[in-house]
Amino acid sequence: MAKIKMTKKSTSTDMTAMCDVAFLLLTFFILTATAKTPEVLPVDTPQSVVQTKLPSDNLSTLTIGKVNGKTAVFFDLKGKDVRKKALELMGQKYNIAFSEADGEKFALMESFGVPVQNLKQILDMKAADRSKAGQAGIPKDSLDNQLKDWILYSRKANIEINDKELQFAIKGDAKEQYPAIKQVMDILQDQKINSFNLVTGLRGKNF
Amino acid sequence: MAELNTDGGGGKKGGKVRSKKQNSKVDLTAMVDLAFLLITFFMLTTTLSKPQSMDLTLPDKEKDPTAKNDIKVDENRTMTVLLGENGKLVRYVGMLEKPLAAPKDFSYGKDGIRKELVARMELVKQYSTAKGKPKDGMIVIIKPSKKSTYRNLVDILDEMGIVGVNATGSYAIVPEFSPEEQKLLEVKK
Repeated sequence: MAKIKMTKKSTSTDMTAMCDVAFLLLTFFILTATAKTPEVLPVDTPQSVVQTKLPSDNLSTLTIGKVNGKTAVFFDLKGKDVRKKALELMGQKYNIAFSEADGEKFALMESFGVPVQNLKQILDMKAADRSKAGQAGIPKDSLDNQLKDWILYSRKANIEINDKELQFAIKGDAKEQYPAIKQVMDILQDQKINSFNLVTGLRGKNF
Repeated sequence: MAELNTDGGGGKKGGKVRSKKQNSKVDLTAMVDLAFLLITFFMLTTTLSKPQSMDLTLPDKEKDPTAKNDIKVDENRTMTVLLGENGKLVRYVGMLEKPLAAPKDFSYGKDGIRKELVARMELVKQYSTAKGKPKDGMIVIIKPSKKSTYRNLVDILDEMGIVGVNATGSYAIVPEFSPEEQKLLEVKK
């Protein structure tokens, strides 16, 4: 038998490059990730088998749920600049002066459900206190249809800033009765928005 | 695992102070492990946090609700699904006055309405093929009552998607009830 020379190889590899790449990716994912803040109005969405994901921009979410046994609608809008613009337009419409700082806070806020007259109080609160503030929903009856205006001005703001039509998602509680959903759909349809997304959870295969 | 410097720290016998030759290599295994763990975490949370969404397109609202433009639909192709309280679901085929299949209760899900939808679609296909228009599929009219919940609506819309009604036919949401239909949902509570 020939002599085999066993060269003793070092088992440790140079991991510097791997470490670099790993941290680069990590930095990327941390920066792109958006922290999930607690929902102001928690809803239990119904399940479906659809796999399509909700778009992440040019989107407004209307959350329909119950607050103290009453149906309430909360409004959310994606995009900081769009939010600022929408707030500005709403302020003009309702003669409320929102300062630059208010706009900044509004841009970073989660969904809200107060009449526009009370929005300043909510903006002045800390983020953690907002969900406890007892927001009762955006007025949407025929006398004071602020939801309609929010929808209208967000669309205008989105077209101005992103040059795209705003899409609407309805995130309803599964136990909500049909007329409540229908009312919101009607408000959307009054503005010729006939296509919207229904937010659902994922259902098991064996349905 | 915790070793950083492979040499050094050895016992020194003499009192001579000698500058130690430090190993400049640091074991990065643990650091890389941690980095990849965090990467995995952030990757999964960013993609998984996006909720699913179902597209729903409704027809244009008519400006004048009194103006009626009735579209004649073949009764053999229509199926009406009434959504009631507590997950009640009634379906009938054709017109309610002389239904082609009498109103019957169904449950949601694969053993309930889905079997019926698939079977009925097949019948409609046969009927349409016999008439020479094989492209005419089934038309489902969904009537959610005031007592029905959002879950019921999403469930039945989901069912439409699973069965693939849209491939040949269509479905519509019509929240208008005739008194007879109202009665169907009320009986046998």
